[in-house]
Amino acid sequence: MSDSTVIAQSAAADEHHAHPPYQRHHFETIDQQNDATNFAMWLFLLTEIMFFGGLFTAYLIYRNWYYPAFVAASHQLDIFWGGLNTLLLISSSFTMAMGVWCAETRKQSGLVLCLVLTFVLGLGFLGIKSIEYHEKWEKHHIPGLHFSTQSFADPESDTEVFEKYHDKALAPDMAAHTELYFFLYFAMTGMHALHMIIGIAILAFMIVRARAGAYTNGHLAFVENFGLYWHFVDIVWIFLFPLLYLISRH
Amino acid sequence: MSEHNEQEHHIVSPKVYLVILTALLVGTAVTIWASFVDMGPLNPIIALAIACTKAVLVVLFFMHVKYSTKLTKLTVGAGVFTFLILVGMTLADYFTRAWGRW
Repeated sequence: MSDSTVIAQSAAADEHHAHPPYQRHHFETIDQQNDATNFAMWLFLLTEIMFFGGLFTAYLIYRNWYYPAFVAASHQLDIFWGGLNTLLLISSSFTMAMGVWCAETRKQSGLVLCLVLTFVLGLGFLGIKSIEYHEKWEKHHIPGLHFSTQSFADPESDTEVFEKYHDKALAPDMAAHTELYFFLYFAMTGMHALHMIIGIAILAFMIVRARAGAYTNGHLAFVENFGLYWHFVDIVWIFLFPLLYLISRH
Repeated sequence: MSEHNEQEHHIVSPKVYLVILTALLVGTAVTIWASFVDMGPLNPIIALAIACTKAVLVVLFFMHVKYSTKLTKLTVGAGVFTFLILVGMTLADYFTRAWGRW
Protein backbone atom coordinates (compact mmCIF):
# COMPACT_ATOMS: atom_id res chain seq x y z
CA MET A 1 0.00 0.00 0.00
CA SER A 2 1.50 3.34 -0.98
CA ASP A 3 1.99 6.21 1.44
CA SER A 4 -0.56 8.46 -0.20
CA THR A 5 -3.24 5.77 0.17
CA VAL A 6 -2.43 5.40 3.84
CA ILE A 7 -2.70 9.16 4.38
CA ALA A 8 -6.00 9.34 2.49
CA GLN A 9 -7.38 6.44 4.46
CA SER A 10 -6.35 7.76 7.84
CA ALA A 11 -7.92 11.12 6.98
CA ALA A 12 -11.29 9.52 6.33
CA ALA A 13 -10.89 6.20 8.05
CA ASP A 14 -14.40 6.00 9.45
CA GLU A 15 -16.32 7.04 6.35
CA HIS A 16 -14.27 4.85 4.08
CA HIS A 17 -15.90 1.63 5.14
CA ALA A 18 -19.33 3.10 5.71
CA HIS A 19 -20.51 3.12 2.12
CA PRO A 20 -22.36 0.45 0.14
CA PRO A 21 -20.20 -1.68 -2.19
CA TYR A 22 -21.69 -0.11 -5.32
CA GLN A 23 -20.62 3.41 -4.34
CA ARG A 24 -17.51 4.49 -6.22
CA HIS A 25 -14.69 5.79 -4.06
CA HIS A 26 -14.53 9.20 -5.70
CA PHE A 27 -18.07 10.08 -4.62
CA GLU A 28 -18.76 11.40 -1.15
CA THR A 29 -22.27 9.96 -0.88
CA ILE A 30 -24.43 7.58 -2.88
CA ASP A 31 -26.81 10.47 -3.57
CA GLN A 32 -23.98 12.42 -5.15
CA GLN A 33 -23.11 9.40 -7.31
CA ASN A 34 -26.73 8.96 -8.41
CA ASP A 35 -27.13 12.68 -9.19
CA ALA A 36 -23.92 12.64 -11.24
CA THR A 37 -24.93 9.60 -13.32
CA ASN A 38 -28.43 11.02 -13.83
CA PHE A 39 -26.92 14.34 -14.97
CA ALA A 40 -24.56 12.53 -17.36
CA MET A 41 -27.43 10.49 -18.81
CA TRP A 42 -29.39 13.68 -19.50
CA LEU A 43 -26.38 15.27 -21.21
CA PHE A 44 -26.12 12.20 -23.45
CA LEU A 45 -29.85 12.37 -24.22
CA LEU A 46 -29.53 16.07 -25.11
CA THR A 47 -26.88 15.21 -27.72
CA GLU A 48 -29.34 12.61 -29.03
CA ILE A 49 -32.09 15.23 -29.19
CA MET A 50 -29.79 17.49 -31.24
CA PHE A 51 -28.95 14.57 -33.53
CA PHE A 52 -32.58 13.67 -34.25
CA GLY A 53 -33.42 17.39 -34.39
CA GLY A 54 -31.16 17.73 -37.44
CA LEU A 55 -33.08 14.95 -39.21
CA PHE A 56 -36.45 16.48 -38.29
CA THR A 57 -35.32 19.90 -39.53
CA ALA A 58 -34.13 18.46 -42.85
CA TYR A 59 -37.47 16.67 -43.21
CA LEU A 60 -39.50 19.84 -42.55
CA ILE A 61 -37.43 21.92 -44.97
CA TYR A 62 -37.65 19.42 -47.83
CA ARG A 63 -41.32 18.78 -47.12
CA ASN A 64 -41.99 22.47 -47.73
CA TRP A 65 -39.79 22.53 -50.77
CA TYR A 66 -41.15 19.41 -52.53
CA TYR A 67 -44.57 19.47 -50.92
CA PRO A 68 -46.55 17.50 -53.60
CA ALA A 69 -43.92 14.74 -53.69
CA PHE A 70 -43.84 14.45 -49.90
CA VAL A 71 -47.64 14.32 -49.65
CA ALA A 72 -47.94 11.62 -52.32
CA ALA A 73 -45.05 9.59 -50.90
CA SER A 74 -46.39 9.72 -47.34
CA HIS A 75 -49.65 8.19 -48.61
CA GLN A 76 -47.64 5.00 -49.06
CA LEU A 77 -47.43 4.63 -45.27
CA ASP A 78 -50.21 2.72 -43.54
CA ILE A 79 -51.71 4.60 -40.59
CA PHE A 80 -52.89 1.29 -39.10
CA TRP A 81 -49.33 -0.04 -38.71
CA GLY A 82 -48.04 3.33 -37.54
CA GLY A 83 -50.83 3.68 -34.99
CA LEU A 84 -50.35 0.12 -33.71
CA ASN A 85 -46.62 0.76 -33.31
CA THR A 86 -47.36 3.95 -31.37
CA LEU A 87 -49.60 1.89 -29.09
CA LEU A 88 -46.86 -0.73 -28.57
CA LEU A 89 -44.17 1.85 -27.85
CA ILE A 90 -46.24 3.92 -25.42
CA SER A 91 -47.20 0.71 -23.60
CA SER A 92 -43.55 -0.31 -23.44
CA SER A 93 -42.70 3.07 -21.89
CA PHE A 94 -45.36 2.39 -19.25
CA THR A 95 -44.01 -1.10 -18.48
CA MET A 96 -40.49 0.38 -18.26
CA ALA A 97 -41.69 3.05 -15.82
CA MET A 98 -43.37 0.29 -13.79
CA GLY A 99 -40.07 -1.63 -13.89
CA VAL A 100 -38.31 1.33 -12.28
CA TRP A 101 -41.06 1.41 -9.64
CA CYS A 102 -40.59 -2.33 -8.95
CA ALA A 103 -36.83 -1.76 -8.56
CA GLU A 104 -37.46 1.15 -6.19
CA THR A 105 -39.84 -0.91 -4.07
CA ARG A 106 -37.56 -3.99 -4.32
CA LYS A 107 -40.00 -6.32 -6.07
CA GLN A 108 -37.74 -8.70 -7.97
CA SER A 109 -40.36 -10.78 -9.82
CA GLY A 110 -42.27 -7.62 -10.73
CA LEU A 111 -39.11 -6.05 -12.12
CA VAL A 112 -38.32 -9.13 -14.23
CA LEU A 113 -41.91 -9.21 -15.53
CA CYS A 114 -41.84 -5.51 -16.46
CA LEU A 115 -38.49 -5.83 -18.23
CA VAL A 116 -39.70 -8.90 -20.16
CA LEU A 117 -42.90 -7.05 -21.19
CA THR A 118 -40.85 -4.04 -22.32
CA PHE A 119 -38.57 -6.41 -24.26
CA VAL A 120 -41.52 -8.16 -25.97
CA LEU A 121 -43.28 -4.88 -26.85
CA GLY A 122 -40.02 -3.54 -28.28
CA LEU A 123 -39.60 -6.66 -30.42
CA GLY A 124 -43.23 -6.32 -31.57
CA PHE A 125 -42.48 -2.77 -32.68
CA LEU A 126 -39.50 -3.93 -34.74
CA GLY A 127 -41.55 -6.80 -36.21
CA ILE A 128 -44.18 -4.36 -37.48
CA LYS A 129 -41.46 -2.04 -38.76
CA SER A 130 -39.97 -4.93 -40.75
CA ILE A 131 -43.40 -5.65 -42.30
CA GLU A 132 -43.54 -2.02 -43.41
CA TYR A 133 -39.95 -2.05 -44.70
CA HIS A 134 -40.64 -5.25 -46.64
CA GLU A 135 -43.56 -3.60 -48.41
CA LYS A 136 -41.28 -0.71 -49.43
CA TRP A 137 -38.82 -3.26 -50.80
CA GLU A 138 -41.51 -4.99 -52.85
CA LYS A 139 -42.78 -1.71 -54.31
CA HIS A 140 -39.26 -0.45 -55.17
CA HIS A 141 -39.55 2.43 -52.72
CA ILE A 142 -36.09 2.03 -51.21
CA PRO A 143 -33.94 4.97 -52.37
CA GLY A 144 -30.91 4.01 -54.40
CA LEU A 145 -31.98 0.37 -54.86
CA HIS A 146 -33.93 0.17 -58.13
CA PHE A 147 -36.11 3.02 -56.91
CA SER A 148 -39.29 3.35 -58.98
CA THR A 149 -41.51 6.43 -59.23
CA GLN A 150 -44.30 4.46 -60.87
CA SER A 151 -46.69 4.83 -57.90
CA PHE A 152 -46.38 8.62 -58.21
CA ALA A 153 -46.04 9.22 -61.95
CA ASP A 154 -48.94 6.82 -62.56
CA PRO A 155 -50.93 6.63 -59.27
CA GLU A 156 -53.71 4.48 -60.73
CA SER A 157 -51.23 1.60 -61.20
CA ASP A 158 -50.96 1.45 -57.37
CA THR A 159 -54.62 0.47 -56.88
CA GLU A 160 -54.55 -0.06 -53.09
CA VAL A 161 -53.22 3.43 -52.30
CA PHE A 162 -55.15 5.06 -55.14
CA GLU A 163 -58.50 3.86 -53.78
CA LYS A 164 -57.77 5.57 -50.46
CA TYR A 165 -56.29 8.88 -51.59
CA HIS A 166 -57.06 9.40 -55.32
CA ASP A 167 -53.76 11.20 -55.81
CA LYS A 168 -53.19 13.02 -59.10
CA ALA A 169 -50.17 12.02 -61.17
CA LEU A 170 -47.01 14.00 -60.43
CA ALA A 171 -44.83 15.50 -63.15
CA PRO A 172 -41.69 13.35 -63.69
CA ASP A 173 -39.32 15.81 -61.95
CA MET A 174 -41.60 16.13 -58.90
CA ALA A 175 -42.21 12.35 -58.85
CA ALA A 176 -38.42 11.88 -58.70
CA HIS A 177 -38.35 13.88 -55.43
CA THR A 178 -40.38 11.16 -53.68
CA GLU A 179 -37.04 9.35 -53.44
CA LEU A 180 -35.93 12.09 -51.04
CA TYR A 181 -38.98 11.47 -48.87
CA PHE A 182 -38.12 7.79 -48.65
CA PHE A 183 -34.48 8.60 -47.98
CA LEU A 184 -35.51 10.71 -44.99
CA TYR A 185 -38.13 8.13 -43.98
CA PHE A 186 -35.52 5.36 -43.84
CA ALA A 187 -32.90 7.62 -42.22
CA MET A 188 -35.28 8.70 -39.44
CA THR A 189 -37.12 5.43 -38.77
CA GLY A 190 -33.87 3.48 -39.34
CA MET A 191 -31.96 5.50 -36.73
CA HIS A 192 -34.93 5.13 -34.42
CA ALA A 193 -35.01 1.36 -35.03
CA LEU A 194 -31.26 1.15 -34.36
CA HIS A 195 -31.87 2.82 -30.99
CA MET A 196 -34.61 0.26 -30.33
CA ILE A 197 -32.27 -2.65 -31.20
CA ILE A 198 -29.60 -1.31 -28.83
CA GLY A 199 -32.26 -0.82 -26.14
CA ILE A 200 -33.60 -4.36 -26.60
CA ALA A 201 -30.09 -5.79 -26.29
CA ILE A 202 -29.56 -3.89 -23.03
CA LEU A 203 -32.99 -5.06 -21.84
CA ALA A 204 -31.95 -8.70 -22.39
CA PHE A 205 -28.81 -8.05 -20.33
CA MET A 206 -30.88 -6.44 -17.56
CA ILE A 207 -33.39 -9.32 -17.51
CA VAL A 208 -30.56 -11.79 -16.86
CA ARG A 209 -29.10 -9.59 -14.12
CA ALA A 210 -32.48 -8.83 -12.54
CA ARG A 211 -33.21 -12.57 -12.31
CA ALA A 212 -29.94 -12.92 -10.41
CA GLY A 213 -31.15 -10.32 -7.91
CA ALA A 214 -29.57 -7.13 -9.26
CA TYR A 215 -31.29 -3.70 -9.09
CA THR A 216 -33.65 -4.71 -6.27
CA ASN A 217 -30.92 -4.32 -3.62
CA GLY A 218 -31.26 -0.53 -3.47
CA HIS A 219 -28.84 0.12 -6.32
CA LEU A 220 -31.05 0.77 -9.32
CA ALA A 221 -29.18 3.59 -11.11
CA PHE A 222 -28.70 1.38 -14.19
CA VAL A 223 -32.42 0.59 -14.52
CA GLU A 224 -33.37 4.24 -13.90
CA ASN A 225 -30.96 5.59 -16.49
CA PHE A 226 -31.87 2.92 -19.02
CA GLY A 227 -35.49 3.96 -18.43
CA LEU A 228 -34.55 7.53 -19.42
CA TYR A 229 -33.04 6.19 -22.67
CA TRP A 230 -36.10 4.05 -23.42
CA HIS A 231 -38.52 6.94 -22.80
CA PHE A 232 -36.38 9.16 -25.04
CA VAL A 233 -36.72 6.62 -27.87
CA ASP A 234 -40.47 6.71 -27.22
CA ILE A 235 -40.49 10.52 -27.51
CA VAL A 236 -38.68 10.37 -30.87
CA TRP A 237 -41.44 8.07 -32.16
CA ILE A 238 -44.12 10.38 -30.72
CA PHE A 239 -42.82 12.99 -33.19
CA LEU A 240 -42.00 10.62 -36.07
CA PHE A 241 -45.49 9.15 -36.21
CA PRO A 242 -47.47 12.36 -36.89
CA LEU A 243 -44.77 13.91 -39.10
CA LEU A 244 -44.31 10.90 -41.38
CA TYR A 245 -47.75 9.26 -41.31
CA LEU A 246 -50.38 11.81 -40.39
CA ILE A 247 -49.85 15.42 -41.46
CA SER A 248 -50.10 14.84 -45.23
CA ARG A 249 -53.42 13.09 -45.46
CA HIS A 250 -54.90 15.99 -47.46
CA MET B 1 -46.84 14.52 -3.60
CA SER B 2 -44.06 16.90 -4.57
CA GLU B 3 -43.77 18.24 -1.03
CA HIS B 4 -40.76 16.02 -0.35
CA ASN B 5 -37.29 17.30 0.19
CA GLU B 6 -35.59 17.75 -3.18
CA GLN B 7 -32.61 15.57 -2.24
CA GLU B 8 -34.78 12.66 -1.19
CA HIS B 9 -35.38 9.94 -3.75
CA HIS B 10 -39.00 10.30 -4.82
CA ILE B 11 -40.90 7.17 -5.78
CA VAL B 12 -43.60 7.95 -8.34
CA SER B 13 -46.67 5.82 -7.68
CA PRO B 14 -48.08 3.40 -10.31
CA LYS B 15 -51.31 5.45 -10.26
CA VAL B 16 -49.45 8.42 -11.74
CA TYR B 17 -47.95 6.16 -14.42
CA LEU B 18 -51.41 4.79 -15.27
CA VAL B 19 -52.88 8.29 -15.61
CA ILE B 20 -50.01 9.31 -17.90
CA LEU B 21 -50.39 6.12 -19.97
CA THR B 22 -54.10 6.89 -20.42
CA ALA B 23 -53.34 10.49 -21.37
CA LEU B 24 -50.76 9.34 -23.95
CA LEU B 25 -53.19 6.85 -25.48
CA VAL B 26 -55.94 9.49 -25.64
CA GLY B 27 -53.42 11.88 -27.24
CA THR B 28 -52.59 9.26 -29.88
CA ALA B 29 -56.28 8.73 -30.64
CA VAL B 30 -56.88 12.49 -30.89
CA THR B 31 -53.93 13.07 -33.20
CA ILE B 32 -55.06 10.25 -35.54
CA TRP B 33 -58.61 11.63 -35.51
CA ALA B 34 -57.37 15.19 -36.17
CA SER B 35 -55.40 13.98 -39.20
CA PHE B 36 -58.69 12.90 -40.85
CA VAL B 37 -60.13 16.43 -40.53
CA ASP B 38 -59.01 18.84 -43.23
CA MET B 39 -57.73 21.96 -41.48
CA GLY B 40 -55.30 23.07 -44.19
CA PRO B 41 -52.04 24.44 -42.78
CA LEU B 42 -53.32 23.85 -39.24
CA ASN B 43 -53.00 20.05 -39.60
CA PRO B 44 -49.23 19.85 -39.01
CA ILE B 45 -49.42 22.52 -36.29
CA ILE B 46 -52.08 20.63 -34.34
CA ALA B 47 -50.22 17.33 -34.82
CA LEU B 48 -47.01 18.90 -33.49
CA ALA B 49 -48.85 20.56 -30.59
CA ILE B 50 -50.30 17.21 -29.50
CA ALA B 51 -46.89 15.52 -29.93
CA CYS B 52 -45.23 18.22 -27.80
CA THR B 53 -47.86 17.78 -25.08
CA LYS B 54 -47.27 14.02 -25.06
CA ALA B 55 -43.50 14.51 -24.97
CA VAL B 56 -43.79 16.90 -22.00
CA LEU B 57 -45.89 14.32 -20.11
CA VAL B 58 -43.27 11.62 -20.77
CA VAL B 59 -40.40 13.90 -19.70
CA LEU B 60 -42.10 15.17 -16.54
CA PHE B 61 -43.54 11.90 -15.23
CA PHE B 62 -42.02 8.82 -16.91
CA MET B 63 -38.58 10.46 -16.87
CA HIS B 64 -39.15 11.89 -13.37
CA VAL B 65 -38.03 15.43 -14.24
CA LYS B 66 -40.90 16.86 -12.16
CA TYR B 67 -39.36 15.15 -9.12
CA SER B 68 -35.69 15.71 -10.02
CA THR B 69 -33.02 18.03 -8.68
CA LYS B 70 -32.79 21.63 -9.86
CA LEU B 71 -29.63 20.67 -11.75
CA THR B 72 -31.54 18.15 -13.87
CA LYS B 73 -34.42 20.57 -14.46
CA LEU B 74 -32.02 23.32 -15.52
CA THR B 75 -30.09 20.93 -17.79
CA VAL B 76 -33.24 19.70 -19.54
CA GLY B 77 -34.65 23.22 -19.84
CA ALA B 78 -31.41 24.66 -21.22
CA GLY B 79 -31.08 21.76 -23.67
CA VAL B 80 -34.61 22.15 -25.01
CA PHE B 81 -34.13 25.92 -25.26
CA THR B 82 -30.92 25.50 -27.29
CA PHE B 83 -32.65 22.89 -29.45
CA LEU B 84 -35.52 25.27 -30.21
CA ILE B 85 -33.10 28.07 -31.11
CA LEU B 86 -31.17 25.83 -33.52
CA VAL B 87 -34.26 24.35 -35.20
CA GLY B 88 -36.32 27.55 -35.04
CA MET B 89 -33.65 29.81 -36.51
CA THR B 90 -32.81 27.29 -39.26
CA LEU B 91 -36.46 26.93 -40.26
CA ALA B 92 -37.04 30.71 -40.07
CA ASP B 93 -34.09 31.22 -42.41
CA TYR B 94 -35.22 28.66 -45.00
CA PHE B 95 -38.92 29.52 -44.88
CA THR B 96 -38.29 33.23 -45.54
CA ARG B 97 -36.33 32.62 -48.75
CA ALA B 98 -37.64 32.26 -52.28
CA TRP B 99 -38.19 28.53 -52.58
CA GLY B 100 -35.90 26.67 -54.91
CA ARG B 101 -34.03 29.78 -56.02
CA TRP B 102 -30.91 29.68 -53.88
